[in-house]
Amino acid sequence: MRLDLVPRGRRSALSAALSPALAFLAAVLVGGIAVALMGVSPAAAFTVYFVAPLSDLWSLQEIALKAAPLALIATGLAFCYRANLWNIGAEGQFVVGGLAGGIIAIATHGTEGATFWILPAMLLTGTLAGLAYAMIPALLRVKLGVSEILTSLMLVYVAELLLDYMARGPLRDPAGYNFPQSVTFDDAARLPYLMEGDTLHAGVLVALAAVLLAALVLGRSLFGFEMRLVGASPRAARFAGFGEARLTLMAFAISGGAAGLAGIVEVAGKIGQLQPTISPGYGFTAIIVAFLGRLSPVGILLAALVIAVTTIGGEAAQIDLRLPLDLTRAFQGLLLGLVLAADVFTRFKVRLVPGAAR
Amino acid sequence: MSLDLIQMVLATVLAAATPLVIAALGELVTERAGVLNLGVEGMMVCGAAIGFAAAVESGSTLVGALAGIGAGMALSALFGLLTVGLAANQVASGLALTILGLGLSGLVGAGYVGLKREPAPHLHLPVLSDLPGIGRLVFGQDGFVYAGIALAIGVSWFLWRTRGGLILRAIGDDHTATHSLGLSVRGVRFLAVLFGGACAGLAGAYLSLAYTPFWAPAMTAGRGWIALALVVFASWRPARVVGGAILFGGATVLQLHAQASGIGLPGQLLSALPYLATILALVLLSLGRRRGGSQAPAALGRDFTPHR
Repeated sequence: MRLDLVPRGRRSALSAALSPALAFLAAVLVGGIAVALMGVSPAAAFTVYFVAPLSDLWSLQEIALKAAPLALIATGLAFCYRANLWNIGAEGQFVVGGLAGGIIAIATHGTEGATFWILPAMLLTGTLAGLAYAMIPALLRVKLGVSEILTSLMLVYVAELLLDYMARGPLRDPAGYNFPQSVTFDDAARLPYLMEGDTLHAGVLVALAAVLLAALVLGRSLFGFEMRLVGASPRAARFAGFGEARLTLMAFAISGGAAGLAGIVEVAGKIGQLQPTISPGYGFTAIIVAFLGRLSPVGILLAALVIAVTTIGGEAAQIDLRLPLDLTRAFQGLLLGLVLAADVFTRFKVRLVPGAAR
Repeated sequence: MSLDLIQMVLATVLAAATPLVIAALGELVTERAGVLNLGVEGMMVCGAAIGFAAAVESGSTLVGALAGIGAGMALSALFGLLTVGLAANQVASGLALTILGLGLSGLVGAGYVGLKREPAPHLHLPVLSDLPGIGRLVFGQDGFVYAGIALAIGVSWFLWRTRGGLILRAIGDDHTATHSLGLSVRGVRFLAVLFGGACAGLAGAYLSLAYTPFWAPAMTAGRGWIALALVVFASWRPARVVGGAILFGGATVLQLHAQASGIGLPGQLLSALPYLATILALVLLSLGRRRGGSQAPAALGRDFTPHR
């Protein structure tokens, strides 16, 4: 038996849009079987995972709060992945962004007088810190040819340990009864809430604006075109005189900056202080989001919402149905694999040829 | 007395190096065939969880090790189907495998958190194992350590002394030419991916059956990624993998001892050392390589769809 891949002459826009949806359906199907094997009714699990999160205002806010950092990081990553650059260290850039921005909030804690500049300074610092942290793997790749995959990932562990040290050591609240956390930020260092007495904060708007900006840059500018061309055909890009080194640095700067911004938005919005850990793995989940959204900003926005729903649903399922959180993670990994497989079916006709030699 | 102390330290270094050696050798064969499987961490952690579960249920370390190998192979078969069969992007598929593996291992391992087993039995030869200074180091290790050494010799021999190894390396360097010669590019690549999975699973089983010996969620703690870096660091050569793994094992042990003796440095800095050392090693390597050119298999990471 032989597996043949015959390239399709024309790729229809419909199949390109449908393939992630089909992959999602297939993942839900496999997930349902797994849930049934664990002795829980798949119908009940489906309700908890996908329906319940959409049915009350509180969890809708939670979805928006989870989707915002995912969309923001994934949009940045799309620039890298389009250009065939593999920044898988967004988690570290997120943490460093949150840490650097948070330090400003702690340093200005209790400031009297004009405080309007604190929040913008925090957001800017967080973004720049994430950007700078992403420059390490980018420069190592451009200058020395070191694989950016490994260095960007190793730096995640380093960033997490750095935050852990800072939150337990130098930045710990001296009046905090030895709890490993910083002072609670002043109101001037917090993102304002969009609704009175609720959890939805302005960070969601920051993320939305950044994604829209990215859509314009990627789709409508020369820079976006260069980025896509380098990934699609590096040879053509070289002949066209597009500097590969410059594009590498730019792609990492964008993705690192976006992850750093997402980090400080999380700290200044949801958390409101520095803790030993500030991310439930947003930087890694965003990789799934980027591919699920087919590396386009609008698709990423949709994918971020879908993943956010499953994450909120996963937390509820842990309490209501005693289904472990790892089920959600396995589901997300499976989903990414299926999305990649589905993509192949849009590019090729896949045929099994029985009886043929391999 | 001090001789025994040195022996003890060397034995812990060897124990820390063994999972890296086993996982990295598997990945080395996969990459020599031209496939980059970034899912080592996921396969390894699944090998640890399923290996431990099987060992507890059966009461046999050997069954546990075999189950770990099976788990790694099953996951790598999924990866092979995606990347070798369907020519999907290797980097993204490897990441998917890591995430899937971490999730699956948590599911399987959930019922086994907190359980402890006797560590895998160590070899004991009547006179030899009691030799002062080197007896325990050379003749008193567990089966995984000897398996790792045998694997290093076997892989080395296979890649450079057999026809199969020559074919595998040729496919990793130029899939178009080898395909034209009538060699089964995808068949060999799939087998190489399976071998890598088996090794990663075994390395994971070593962690939960001999090294710790218990199961804890995400207990591989980045060792799969360090194994990937080791392959690059070793310029895709088995002997250098062993050398590099012993260096890394030494760094790990040094860090543990430094942490235990409380030498004023923050624990987080010491914990970060293996990761920083990995980056440093990759940088030093590329500085040294500038004279010789890249050692990587030429077709590494590129997908292949045969044209007919």
